[in-house]
Amino acid sequence: MKKLEIIIRPFKLDEVKETLAGLDVKGMTVTEVKGFGRQRGHKEVYRGAEYQVDFMPKVKIEVVVDDAQVKPLVDAVVKAARTGKVGDGKIFISPVEDVLRIRTGETGVEAI
Amino acid sequence: MNAADTAFILVCSALVMFMTPGLALFYGGLVRARNVLSTTMHSFILLGVASVVWAVIGYTLAFGPDIGGVIGGLDFAFLNGVGMEPSESVTNIPHLLFMVFQCMFAVITPALISGAYAERIRFRAMLLFSVLWLLVVYAPMAHWVWGGGWMFGLGALDFAGGAVVHMSSAAAALAAAHVLGRRHGYGREPFVPHNLPTTVLGAGILWFGWFGFNAGSALAANGLAANAFVTTHLCAAAAVISWVAAEWLHTGKPTTLGAASGAVAGLVVITPAAGFVAPMPAIIMGLIGGALCYGGVLMKHVFKYDDALDVVGVHGVGGTFGALATGIFATSAVNTATGLLEGNPSQLWIQFISVVATWLFCYVASRILFHVVDALVGLRADTESEVAGLDVSEHNETGYQL
Repeated sequence: MKKLEIIIRPFKLDEVKETLAGLDVKGMTVTEVKGFGRQRGHKEVYRGAEYQVDFMPKVKIEVVVDDAQVKPLVDAVVKAARTGKVGDGKIFISPVEDVLRIRTGETGVEAI
Repeated sequence: MNAADTAFILVCSALVMFMTPGLALFYGGLVRARNVLSTTMHSFILLGVASVVWAVIGYTLAFGPDIGGVIGGLDFAFLNGVGMEPSESVTNIPHLLFMVFQCMFAVITPALISGAYAERIRFRAMLLFSVLWLLVVYAPMAHWVWGGGWMFGLGALDFAGGAVVHMSSAAAALAAAHVLGRRHGYGREPFVPHNLPTTVLGAGILWFGWFGFNAGSALAANGLAANAFVTTHLCAAAAVISWVAAEWLHTGKPTTLGAASGAVAGLVVITPAAGFVAPMPAIIMGLIGGALCYGGVLMKHVFKYDDALDVVGVHGVGGTFGALATGIFATSAVNTATGLLEGNPSQLWIQFISVVATWLFCYVASRILFHVVDALVGLRADTESEVAGLDVSEHNETGYQL
């Protein structure tokens, strides 16, 4: 099993969510986050004074999937979330040791 | 006594009272979220404290029988002899009504200063300073200009408080910025407003209340009040346009905060002039004043003082320009005084003297008071409290549960 942490532009959330749901992803966790990469931040001006705001708002989607699903999922998410401009986000993929469904006690792929 | 005048000034007093919570919203939105309550409190608590101080002793110091042109006598202490009948000096409305109308001015003026010391002063220091300042700076200023003191004798024109309210609070604000020093992290981290819709609402309430402030200063329901109402509105309107235009040219974008700030700047500019100038000069004053105050705000970055919410830039620059412009545009068509444009250059000179005297007296006296308060109770919150925010460290509460 693998965990995908998908960081995207906030306005792309709906498209990416539909894409994931269409590929048989059973659940996801979504968080509003702030951070920066190559896009850095943006400029704000109050009463003529300029401030550099370093952290850009982004949305982070976390999903856990079976190994075989990773490649098609990543391809689909990239297609949905891409604008081609700096700041489209990133996908982090990491191994997941185990999953446990609290209600039934199931573990492993069955519990996803 | 006149029933119409009495009814009008009763309403105006309530309008001016409403400016203080308006100011609390205006300032409250401009600070960071962790200081929204402390900043709100700096204004709101004065509705309590300044009102009582005014009734007990402040009013008589300002409007009691003149002693040497400097201060009022104690005849009206504890409102002794201030009753339902008119006083000898204001004969058309009850003495109590004149007292409470003036009381609302005494509430908002020390609250204006709070924009300079926001986000770092201790609450008890702010309280002590405000009480002392009312007695040592505000009451004498009100006496000098409106209570028959020496500036009044000189012929200085200040219809509704350009010197008494705006220059005096701005001079105190500059002293506060100098004595307190900059906020922790100033210049390194962004200090950006946390809730601008609140600030814009506050500016709107201030604009609304200002009709009571300026038109009410005619102290009668008459043509002069109407003139003050119109000049107030037009000057604010023109200053909204010119502040936004100035920043649009300077930074490339028009801002909501600029529109709100321009309105307040225009209202400050017209305050000394409202009952002396005609409507078209009021528009000219607003067009110049809005852009001038925008420049005034930028000044703090040049001189490196941390006047947190720009009291000096808006009230200091606006009040000073308004006082001088009154000496230029005052016309016999509106009131008894004439200015430079009607061939009376001496009025402009008198205005200039009153401006210099006001800044000097209020800055020096306020600066001394800040040092005294610092020695007595300590002015500034410690760094840990300041970083945590004054809401939690001074008041044990937070503005937003998110």
